[in-house]
Amino acid sequence: MDFILTAVEQGLIYGILALGVYITYKILDFPDLTVDGSFPLGAAVTASLITKGMNPYLTIPISFLAGAAAGICTGLIHVKCKVRDLLSGIIMMTALYTVNLEIAGTNNVPLFSRQTMFKNDMLTQLFGDTVPDYVKIVLILAVVLISKILLDLYLKTKSGYLLRAVGDNDNLVTSLAKDKGNVKILGLAIANGLVALSGCVFCQEQRVFDISTGTGSMVIGLASVIIGMALFKKLPKVKATTAVFVGSILYKACVALAIKFFNPQAMKLITAVLFLAILIVSMDRKKKVKHYA
Amino acid sequence: MLELKHIEKYYNPGTVNEMCLFQDFNLTIEKGQFVSVIGSNGSGKTSMLNLICGSIDLDGGKILIDGEDITREKEYKRLKRIGRVYQNPAMGTCPNMTILENMAMADNKGKFFGLSRGTNKERISYYKECLSQLNLGLEDKLNVKVGSLSGGQRQAMSLVMSTMTPIDFLILDEHTAALDPKTAERIMELTGKIVEEKKLTTIMVTHNLRYAVEYGDRLLMMHEGKAVIDVAGEEKKKVQVDQILERFNQISIECGN
Repeated sequence: MDFILTAVEQGLIYGILALGVYITYKILDFPDLTVDGSFPLGAAVTASLITKGMNPYLTIPISFLAGAAAGICTGLIHVKCKVRDLLSGIIMMTALYTVNLEIAGTNNVPLFSRQTMFKNDMLTQLFGDTVPDYVKIVLILAVVLISKILLDLYLKTKSGYLLRAVGDNDNLVTSLAKDKGNVKILGLAIANGLVALSGCVFCQEQRVFDISTGTGSMVIGLASVIIGMALFKKLPKVKATTAVFVGSILYKACVALAIKFFNPQAMKLITAVLFLAILIVSMDRKKKVKHYA
Repeated sequence: MLELKHIEKYYNPGTVNEMCLFQDFNLTIEKGQFVSVIGSNGSGKTSMLNLICGSIDLDGGKILIDGEDITREKEYKRLKRIGRVYQNPAMGTCPNMTILENMAMADNKGKFFGLSRGTNKERISYYKECLSQLNLGLEDKLNVKVGSLSGGQRQAMSLVMSTMTPIDFLILDEHTAALDPKTAERIMELTGKIVEEKKLTTIMVTHNLRYAVEYGDRLLMMHEGKAVIDVAGEEKKKVQVDQILERFNQISIECGN
């Protein structure tokens, strides 16, 4: 039971990251590697602010803004300097490593004695000294639902239409007399904002900031998006923004299950191999045959 | 009024493959004129449209709209007053969005794309009206993704979408070339109707000589970056398909193919 609960919690937190990856990978059709840097960026900003005594709930929107700034940088590199999409992400990811270290101060910031969104004076007042376990999952769910609903609403606005159009057929965006570059930058900002927000919640849940948390987060996000989309391909009624959370939880459960049989050091290897397996399983069979024929 | 003045355009400049397409090319299109442009492949028809829209840069000369120099204006800014339909039906619509969403976006061209609701419910009846004049039954499929429509249906939608908002110029780049003859005929009729109704200044590139003769009040034939035939008004009405064909053959013989 504990095992499932952890998978659900982690899955939901990483689901927010998957929402961001969904925007870049599925909507914008932009392989954005900034994610590996913006996830720990959210965590670093959070750890640093909490250490300084800021209200842990305030760190959530601030992390979003920090991530959005990183996304804007990637977008500017890609659009204004005309660097290829993949390379722009790699440049930002590498640069962010130093930025994150600078923000956090060191490569490991423990927050055990600090106020976090899951353990603080307000919650103790409400529930007494031992805050019940369900509070944590309720809080995570609240953040998840707010991000998901806001994103759903955004995608239905005029600006959201334009964002969807730019990945679908950027030529139409130009025809509508809009600069497609700016739309891409906006999309990258929102996506990386969500990724950093996920990093913020993750850091508070783990009660520690570690510089290495970012490595492989892109793979986790991509795997979640691909599992989610593949699972609900036949059910178009289920929104993609819901599907990615299911994908994320499933993926985390698979990794947690695999970890039980292997050395925890093999974590990243398992993450990668599982991702490969998912890619192969979810691949369009017909397309594959055609390709090799 | 659209003016192209002393246009120069080279491809692959500075290499052995350097090719001069336009050298001192001049063209003036009066307001309200419907120009049909024909010519063999590589004669500069599409390049001319791309230069006007700003999709490619020119190496010399000026482009003026109503006397205003737009030579250095970015493509997306120019397209505020230009509607363009491409040869490829996939270029003018978003396949993963519904018909309704596509129409709503086109309706908002030139305005701010902010955080208000993407589809204005009050406009739906207007969209239906626009689509029903196509006689393709699209008005009953508003929530269908455009990607599942046929090429002809998508091209018809592209045409409607690009002429929905007030524009000064309509640019048609072989917009019937990818369609079957019957659908092409229908799209052409619709084009004529829309241009007449909205009194749009139109430039239509086509490989169909009959359309070029039947539609429009001016005919241009391009060859090696020059207009070898340029007739308008009464003179244009007298032009026959055979005459153009003859000229075409003449050019082909001159060029050795």
